[in-house]
Amino acid sequence: MSVLQALDIGLAFLVFAVAAWTIFARGAFAATVGYVVYGLLLALVWIRLFAVDVALTEAAIGSGVTGVLLIGAAARLRAAETASDEKPLSGLTRVFAAALCVLVALALASVVLLLPDQGPSLAPLSMQKLPETGLGNPVTAVLIAYRAFDTMLEKVVLVLAVVGVWSLAADRYWGGAPGEARAASPEPTLAFLAQILAPLGVLVGIHVFWVGADEPGGAFQGGAILAAMWIIVMMARLTEAPQANAFWLRLALVAGPLVFLAAGAAGAIFAGNFFAYPPGFAKPAILFIEAFMVLSIAVTLPMLVAGPPRREPRQ
Amino acid sequence: MTSATLAGLIGAALVGLGLYGLIANPQPLRKILAFNLMGSGVFLVFGIVARKGAAAGLQADPVPQAMVITGIVVAFAASALAVALVLRLFEAAGRATLDPDAWAKPPDGGAGAE
Repeated sequence: MSVLQALDIGLAFLVFAVAAWTIFARGAFAATVGYVVYGLLLALVWIRLFAVDVALTEAAIGSGVTGVLLIGAAARLRAAETASDEKPLSGLTRVFAAALCVLVALALASVVLLLPDQGPSLAPLSMQKLPETGLGNPVTAVLIAYRAFDTMLEKVVLVLAVVGVWSLAADRYWGGAPGEARAASPEPTLAFLAQILAPLGVLVGIHVFWVGADEPGGAFQGGAILAAMWIIVMMARLTEAPQANAFWLRLALVAGPLVFLAAGAAGAIFAGNFFAYPPGFAKPAILFIEAFMVLSIAVTLPMLVAGPPRREPRQ
Repeated sequence: MTSATLAGLIGAALVGLGLYGLIANPQPLRKILAFNLMGSGVFLVFGIVARKGAAAGLQADPVPQAMVITGIVVAFAASALAVALVLRLFEAAGRATLDPDAWAKPPDGGAGAE
């Protein structure tokens, strides 16, 4: 057994153990903290699958931003947890549930073991057309060129999620700001961290977006890092979340999908097909779309984490 | 056993664990957590399909990878909406339980609400 194989097996046990912890831990807070660790370990598994783009996304969004969301919710739901309205399932139901889940896992595992060594693949086709896009990273090409329509609709899903979250505000708070106000004297440690980390993080985020054309990275990962930096600054209460009725905020939220859709429509006119890019002009068009996507993602994720407006709008 | 197969087996185990958490954990937040766990297991199984499609000098098929990236972002959006709903329920009713019997009782489990 080589060192790498031993590491693989160790990693597999770690992922499984931490995942079991998030399910069986007593407190919801402990479980959510476990989930953040689990996400980071899972990113390592993705690297072992040679999917570095997915690993970056999992670490930034699956672990980082989702983690902040869940930990925040767990902290606010502590009172509900101690009230213990919940009746645990009876022993027999638990046994049945466990048997069902083991069965599902075993069925999936046998499918995994029965997969042929060389499956069907779109890799040759995506490499063959890659020069036409001017990109070097085939994953970015799939996201923004080959399956552009998917990615555009996914941006629309993000906007709809923000609309859904904002709709949960009480009537009098509609259009107001979510989260807490800026603190007169922020907590020093957190403020220090935010002041040191945020400027560097903004640079890293823009870099990850920019190299995404040719190397692992891209609009999702870069945008998520920028979003995380804004979340940190808001958590340190150095700044407060903008009002939900701010025009610039709403414009930034829809800029990504709007520009994407406009570029798709322009393709119908200039390149003969919806979402086609004119030959020789594909890379600038793709980077232009991605820049607005980064902006939208960097604004959407913090708004989803901040939740519905909780303060009355200022006039 | 290759590292890809091992990752696929972890994925299968995660789906099982997540499904169990979804059924057995009564609190809504724990259910959201379990659902996310199940989702990442599904992504991982899809990830080994990408790895088995290694060809043309690539270590993994880029199409499933791109779909998983899209999936992770959509899963986050859905979780954010679910968490907002749970918090709103808690704010409005003072409790966040999915148990229909608990809603028939007065708050605080009936104690001190004479």
